[in-house]
Amino acid sequence: MKLLVCVSKTPDTTSKIAFTSENTEFDSSGISFIMNPYDEWYALVRALELKEQVGAGTVTIINVGPAANDTVIRKGLAIGADEAVRVDSDPKSAFFVAKQIAAYAQEQGFDAIFLGKETIDYNGSEVGAMVAELMDLPFVSYGTNLEMNGNLATIERDIEGGTEVLEVATPFVLSAAKGMAEQRIPNMRGIMMAKRKPLNVIPAVECNDPSTVSLYELPPAKSAVKMVDPENMDELVRLLHEEAKII
Amino acid sequence: MVLVFVENQKGGFKKSAFEVVTYGKKIAASMGTECAALVFGTVSDAGSLGTYGASKVYQIENDTLNHFDSQVHSNVIAQAAEKLGAKVVVMSHSSAGKSLLGRVAVRLNAGSVAGVNSIPTLDGGFKVRKNVFSGKAISEYQINTDVKVLSLMGNSLQPEESGAAAEVASLELEVPASKITVKEVKTIEGTVPLPEAELVVSAGRGMKGPENWGIIEDLANVIGATTACSRPVADTGWRPHHEHVGQTGVAIRPNLYFAIGISGAIQHLAGVNSSKVIVVINKDPEAPFFKAADYGVCADLFDVVPRLTEALKKYKAS
Ligand SMILES: Cc1cc2nc3c(=O)[nH]c(=O)nc-3n(C[C@H](O)[C@H](O)[C@H](O)COP(=O)(O)OP(=O)(O)OC[C@H]3O[C@@H](n4cnc5c(N)ncnc54)[C@H](O)[C@@H]3O)c2cc1C
Ligand SMILES: Nc1ncnc2c1ncn2[C@@H]1O[C@H](COP(=O)(O)O)[C@@H](O)[C@H]1O
Repeated sequence: MKLLVCVSKTPDTTSKIAFTSENTEFDSSGISFIMNPYDEWYALVRALELKEQVGAGTVTIINVGPAANDTVIRKGLAIGADEAVRVDSDPKSAFFVAKQIAAYAQEQGFDAIFLGKETIDYNGSEVGAMVAELMDLPFVSYGTNLEMNGNLATIERDIEGGTEVLEVATPFVLSAAKGMAEQRIPNMRGIMMAKRKPLNVIPAVECNDPSTVSLYELPPAKSAVKMVDPENMDELVRLLHEEAKII
Repeated sequence: MVLVFVENQKGGFKKSAFEVVTYGKKIAASMGTECAALVFGTVSDAGSLGTYGASKVYQIENDTLNHFDSQVHSNVIAQAAEKLGAKVVVMSHSSAGKSLLGRVAVRLNAGSVAGVNSIPTLDGGFKVRKNVFSGKAISEYQINTDVKVLSLMGNSLQPEESGAAAEVASLELEVPASKITVKEVKTIEGTVPLPEAELVVSAGRGMKGPENWGIIEDLANVIGATTACSRPVADTGWRPHHEHVGQTGVAIRPNLYFAIGISGAIQHLAGVNSSKVIVVINKDPEAPFFKAADYGVCADLFDVVPRLTEALKKYKAS
């Protein structure tokens, strides 16, 4: 089984968010970056498990980004991916990223392409659908469980107020959510081996950005919390009704 | 024109459907054009979308469309948009919408923005806003293409009634075969699903154990709220996984969020800090959640939650 896992780099959730260049650029100074949790914990680990089940195949990870992303890519190799590809660029839109992934995947031919359900920075959840459309493949989003039987996949996915179980044959694109797998912590041996695994850097294919961020803003500061006397819950109800007008 | 793709649930519309139509109507008004709605499948009262501003409703009835397949649905939506000459296509930022947005955008060579929460401005380019970095910032996107595709974050605006029922017409479109076989759809009956809930009562490890959840359910029941929980609570099996909110669970933005016995770790806040009003009940005055709260009660939850439930009952009865 030949699997492709798309991994992105995001600021750690605990990061303080700030902007530069008159609020048009994200300020990455002092930010610690991590592999997007959905990509790492769910998409990548499930791909590795499938390969282990079958006992054959390869798991390739792909990232679209600059050389600074190599640390995150190496972590993916340490967790167990066989090889990695980085499309050298500084992406500004989901479409640009999707176009690069689709171009590479089209050329290589994969049985399945795994992504995370969304990146935790821009919360787009756009890349997977775009890759699928560019390659004219079925796309299953928010997968929480996946079993393969030959070339037929049975996937459970989250929908509003429930779940859906479906079947789809390879090749397909899948975005992974909680439930798909359990996080794996890379061990020392994995980290050592990752240094020797191939990380191929390839140039980006040409692509315009159909949409770009024009401005950032911080949300208005939250006013201080109003403490309510625990002995007086009628007062809390009154505030929710009269002041917050919520009940 | 503005074309709004409207989802139905078992032939009926939910509030999110009226939100997207209201949103589409507002965009259409600012562009000086009409807003039309597109619905798939058998819907008893498709014309009712006119009340929220759709000047016409196109209804495509075809068995293949009864099951969701992003490949099929996006193809048909794009055909409709092309046939009608839509300049803006709008949908919900729902599980379906998230799988469709990117596909429809690619098909239409359109720029897209997912999960928007503002009316676009047209001065010096088409610009629209959304929350990013788990609600820690807002970003404004500029879309540079002729056609634009947007998905609207739930609970971003209130549905507004602005007209009468609309004419329902059909469109001649080709529906391709689906490569996905839906085997089963399991729905959790009874409560409003978390992403759509306007009132949420959520509890954390401060509850001590699953056997204590009765007081949380009682509180939720008096106000018709949906229950949620923090991650360790779902991980240890005290509550079902679908209740887990936060960065790695469901992101929600209800009107009212009760956080009971939850410390307010940043990863938890990431999924709930867009809630309009947050009430925190915690016995630790230093709990970080108080900084993100509108109202706080510093007390033992086992003592205060039942009394809050009583106070709400009294209010409901008056
Ligand atoms: C990458 C990553 C992702 C994560 N994603 C999520 C996520 O999506 N969602 C999430 O929730 N967490 C997430 N977490 C975990 C998060 O960091 C916290 O550990 C978690 O939210 C803590 O849950 P809690 O508040 O229920 O428990 P605790 O931190 O144990 O807090 C319990 C609280 O209850 C209070 N309390 C105890 N007894 C009482 C009482 N009798 N009366 C009143 N108050 C009482 C305590 O004062 C305390 O504040 C993530 C962590 C990581 C590292
Ligand atoms: N720069 C990138 N390189 C590789 N994969 C990416 C990149 N950005 C996003 N992805 C993948 O696309 C998924 C959805 O991202 P997004 O549409 O940005 O929310 C992520 O979980 C990743 O799997």
